[in-house]
Formats: sequence, C-alpha cells, structure tokens
Amino acid sequence: MDIISRGFRGRGSADPHLPPGQYLVHGDDFPVLSAGPTPRVDTATWQFTITTETGERHAWDWAQLQDLPSDNPRVDLHCVTKWSKLGTEWEGVSLDAFLENVETAADYALVHSYGGYTTNVPLEDLLDGQAWIAYGYDGEPLTPEHGGPARLLVPHLYLWKSAKWVRGITLLLEDEPGFWESVGYHNYGDPWREQRYWGD
Amino acid sequence: MARAAVLGRLTWRPAELVSVRAETSAARTLTFDVPDWPGHVAGQHVDVRLTAADGYTAQRSYSLASAAGGPVELTVQRVDGGEVSGYLVDEMAPGDRCEVRGPVGGYFTWDPEDPSPVLLVAGGSGLVPLMSMLRTRAEAGSRVPFRLIYSVRSPADALYTSELRRRAREDRGLDVEYAYTRVAPTGVRRPAGRIDAALLGAAGWPADFAPTCYVCGPTGFVESVADLLVGAGHAADRVRTERFG
Repeated sequence: MDIISRGFRGRGSADPHLPPGQYLVHGDDFPVLSAGPTPRVDTATWQFTITTETGERHAWDWAQLQDLPSDNPRVDLHCVTKWSKLGTEWEGVSLDAFLENVETAADYALVHSYGGYTTNVPLEDLLDGQAWIAYGYDGEPLTPEHGGPARLLVPHLYLWKSAKWVRGITLLLEDEPGFWESVGYHNYGDPWREQRYWGD
Repeated sequence: MARAAVLGRLTWRPAELVSVRAETSAARTLTFDVPDWPGHVAGQHVDVRLTAADGYTAQRSYSLASAAGGPVELTVQRVDGGEVSGYLVDEMAPGDRCEVRGPVGGYFTWDPEDPSPVLLVAGGSGLVPLMSMLRTRAEAGSRVPFRLIYSVRSPADALYTSELRRRAREDRGLDVEYAYTRVAPTGVRRPAGRIDAALLGAAGWPADFAPTCYVCGPTGFVESVADLLVGAGHAADRVRTERFG
C-alpha cells in the first residue's frame, strides 16, 4: 500500500521525458557533482589514451582531438542526485572515432580522469554513437567545473558515468568498479530503470 | 581514495514524522521514526519520497544532521519553488508520513577512528552534514582537533546557533569561526564578506598538518573554497566536497 504524505500535492503530474524520481532544472547552467576540488588541466599537456587488455596504448593530444570529426549531440542529462536537464547541446568527438582502429576483445571499460576519479562502463555502451569526448557545451568551451577541457559524455546513463576531466580509458576483460560504484552507487546506472544504488 | 560504509540493498522504508524544531525562518529540523533503520555514519544523506493522494511522487536527497547511529533527523531549508522542501518546511506535521531510503554516501563521511585533524567549511545549509560530524565527535568522546568555518548570510540565517555556541565552549579541541557574507552582527570585527585565503589561513589548519577538509555548500562556494585550500598547499585528495544547487 502506498504511503501518502498528507497535504502533499507537488507539481501534480509526471513529465514523460523524465525518468522515475527525477525533477527538471531550468536555466542556462546545471548543478555540479564532484567529490573533490576541480583540477585545472592545461590543453598544452592534455592527453587522452586508450589502453587495451594487451597493454597496447593509443594516445591523442589536444590538437589531434580537434582534428577528429566532431558531432553536436543534443541530449538529456540525468544526475543520480535527482535533477535532469533536457535538450543540452554539446560538441565533441564520438568514441567510435577513437575506437575504430583499436583491436580489442574487451567487454568493459574503466574510465580515468585527471584528479584520480574513475568510473566503469560496458564497452558496448561507448559504441554506436552513444558516447563522446566532449569539449564544448552550449556553444562555449567546456568549463573546468563541468569537466573541461574535455569530459566523457555518455548521456543514456546517470551523469556520474560521464567522467569529467577525462584522461583515458582502460579496456578490460573483467569488469572493475570505479569510484562511486565502489561506495554504494549502482554498477550500471540506467536512469530509466532507476539504478541509483547497489541492488536497485 | 577511501573506501567506507559497505551498503546493502537500499529499500524504501515508511517514515513517520515525530517532531519538528524551527532552526531559522526558512529551515527546520524534522525527526522521523523509521522502523528497522540500519543507522548511519557522519556525513551521509537519505533520499526522501513524497506521494500525493493522486499517486504523484517526488524525491530529493537530504543530509542527516544527527550523530552517527542516531535517529533520522534532517535539517531542511526551503528552496524557492521547491516542491519537496516547501512541504517539509511548511506543511508536514507530526504524525504525517513519507518514505526514506538510505543511508547513502560512503565518501563524504567522517570516521571517529581517524586521528587526522579536521577542517569543516560550510556554506549556508551545507552545515548540516558537518554538524553530524561535530555531534558524532562529541558523542564518541573524540579529542580529534576540529575547526569549523561557517559562511552564512547573516546571524538570522545561521543554523544551530545556540548549540554551536555551547559546543565551542564545551567541546574540547573544537574551534568555530563565522564568516558573514551580507550582514555581520555588531561587535564582530571582520567585515561582511566571502571566505578568503586570509580567513582560511587564520581559522583553518596549516597544510603541513595534513587535515582532512570537508567543504559543503552551493557549487560556487565549494569551487571557491576548494580552490583556495589547494592553493594554500592542501593535497587535492585531502579536500572532500559536496555541492548542491
């Protein structure tokens, strides 16, 4: 039986664009979730690497990133802290462009950030136009507090999977939990199935 | 990075409001009875779910204010147009019910067994999880050196004023410093303003002491304070942040 909160009406109707338990934020900006200080990463020394399960390493510097064909995905963001923002506009390079010449038998990816953050994502969730290395937001360079100079963007999962200040991806044969996944947050994080915490 | 609090499956539990206490004109503390509540550690939060008579639901996260192992006690500040905070601050009465699940969060937490000195820096209602740490310290009889710097608009906006005054006097090894951003009370020498490097230097810990720093508040506040701490030489992995809004 439902527990009714007497006198609560709220906004009165659920938005079909919102996953369960989420609410909409408006305005130009969106909230920030980070466990520590914001790292300042210089694009002069920035590097993005993909390391396969055999140790083969592929690397791109900032100029090489800019030379890859970019997309302008328009996507909805869903944060595990309950806010969602719809129709956000990004600029970045599809992970398909990075992975097309990478030979791997891996099923899993562990994403690493400048500052030490990690998060895990099944490799198939990074393919087929589902994920980007994003460096522009709303027509401007991505700011440090939102993960600039470049972050992973994998918008069909809760936003903690979209690692800020991304520096590399390690491809793995066995899954390995990242930072939040090790302290109680869901291993996969599908907002539409409300996979917030362990056991959801 | 630290690994703490192994969590099992978090189920929604019915919660009945037992008592309320006004903290300011915009905030109050709500104490809930939650059968079989597993207990929390200092710094964790819970999810609260409200269900309307027509089935509409809304959920938000709120920090636990009570000491580790204590009751489910939340201090909630009203947010403009906030459908959940407005209900919790203005409408909900003892005997009314909602659902909670948790505790959640295994990183922005303080363990009384950790001997490192602690710096707490709060902006506005970001004080709530840090208050849980102060209360946990007192209940554990801990003498770990604690310093709190609390940034708040004016004395009228400050949470837990009389308790903090008492703790600053009685809890040995605890220092409390206020930074009023808009209106400073008469008799306070520091003019109203934001936390700056000078205040962090005077009221915080030297980076050499390698304190654990907990910074909680609105995003702009946390960005600014965390940058100042790193700039003063604190290792980035000793600065733990929690941001809202």
